[in-house]
Amino acid sequence: MSRYFPQDTEYFSKLPGYPSQERMKKGPVALIECNQCIPCNPCESSCRQGAITVGSQITNLPVLDEEKCIGCGICAAACPGQAVRIIDLSKEEGIVAFPYEYLPAPQKGQIGNALGRDGSVLGQARVVRVDAPKAYDHTMVVWVAVDKEIAKEVCSFGGKD
Amino acid sequence: MIETDICIVGAGPAGLSAAAAAGEAGASVLVVDENFKAGGQLFKQVHKFFGSENHKAGTRGIRIGEQLLDRARKAGAVFRLRTLAYGFFENGVLGLYDMDSQELGLVKAKKYIFATGAIENVLPMKGGTLPGVMGAGAAQTLMHLYHTRPGNEIVMVGSGNVGLIVSYQLMQSGAKIAALVEAAPKISGYEVHARKLLRAGVKMYTSTTVSEIKGEDQVEEVVLTELDSDFKPIPGSEFSVKADTVCVAVGLSPLTELLQMAGCKLYFSKVLGGFVPLHGRNLKTTHDDIYLAGDCSGIEEASTAMEEGRIAGIGASAEIGFGTDKADELIKQAQERLDELRQGPFGDRRKSGMEEIFTEYEKGAWA
Repeated sequence: MSRYFPQDTEYFSKLPGYPSQERMKKGPVALIECNQCIPCNPCESSCRQGAITVGSQITNLPVLDEEKCIGCGICAAACPGQAVRIIDLSKEEGIVAFPYEYLPAPQKGQIGNALGRDGSVLGQARVVRVDAPKAYDHTMVVWVAVDKEIAKEVCSFGGKD
Repeated sequence: MIETDICIVGAGPAGLSAAAAAGEAGASVLVVDENFKAGGQLFKQVHKFFGSENHKAGTRGIRIGEQLLDRARKAGAVFRLRTLAYGFFENGVLGLYDMDSQELGLVKAKKYIFATGAIENVLPMKGGTLPGVMGAGAAQTLMHLYHTRPGNEIVMVGSGNVGLIVSYQLMQSGAKIAALVEAAPKISGYEVHARKLLRAGVKMYTSTTVSEIKGEDQVEEVVLTELDSDFKPIPGSEFSVKADTVCVAVGLSPLTELLQMAGCKLYFSKVLGGFVPLHGRNLKTTHDDIYLAGDCSGIEEASTAMEEGRIAGIGASAEIGFGTDKADELIKQAQERLDELRQGPFGDRRKSGMEEIFTEYEKGAWA
């Protein structure tokens, strides 16, 4: 799949919406893999901390202020491109949250596959929380615990094969 | 004969937006649409929109449709649904056909706004007449208006945003995308849309086309062939995918028949989907009483269609004396939002296509 788009974390880590390794180790923070100049800014307008800036030119890439970000996950639900995840490397396990819009809804405690950017199975994921408030309008934000080594690549959840 | 200040043909995002704007300005508004429900494509767009807060970005199209319909109704717009606008005649009269009562009728409006939208392009394919082959828009209609999943194993042809978004919606409905096929060497829609499919494990094949669809009474198998850099099939590269449905998403063409019938001059624009009615920045055509908005003015998206509808609705009303005090300011604001949406590498081509049309219109050579 890499022949279509960049898949590696190295590439995304250079984007202005990508947090530092040090910040990830402190607790939950947004990880924005938005790399195309699409006229769009719900990430900015949804953030209650003022941690994401797109600016008046709405085709700009979002810039993350990692100190302001509290990793709440609102932007992950708001992004129409599903390009935002939350990552937390402060604990023994890596915690990742991503938008999810399929049924059946993942359940807390459920164990399944941690899926990468190209849909490949990276390892095991255990659902630790599912956020689905009305304001997210049917986009769930699913929080999973995964091996820290794969945390930055995990972007979806799949049933066990 | 029905008399009204403004008659709008098409109750999609452009038409509804025009109806709300014209109604709020104080004009009497009649909206005609052949469907049983107003809202056009908005009610098939269950995904969250791009744009800024001004364009209701981050909101699902279906919700935007509900809000817009409500706003148009509150502004006093009258709807005639299941009604075809079958012709525009020399004396400025629009012919209607009510599909339920099977009665004909006529409308005389002071100004018309045509928001007739677009039609999906067809791709001739061997086996393309088998049941199970349909436009991606048809698949969307089945899912979102009729709550019916069009098939279980789908081959999507075309990787523009329509192909990508409809594939995602098909997966949400429980179908499997067996393959997404694109003749060009790269995926043409937004990368973020494509990534939703990739992370779900969808196989995408660029530089590939459908060479044959096989099946007894319906689609059973789709034969794909790789293409060389001149888009010529590479002999021996055929491979086959099991599927029960083929969705075609290879672009849209503006629906301009009524505008042509009214004598509006057309202009060919490759980037805007083919022949589009020549029009100015104010969305006025070469006919003094006809404005247009949305995809029939050039293929764009729902958010641009809504801004165009607003500009046309305000402009047409002001021309006949409604809301003249605020018209210029409101149009200016809508124009700015429209410019915002046509920014960036994806908007640039459409913007220059539109500018070309405006320039040609302003030359006035058609008069």
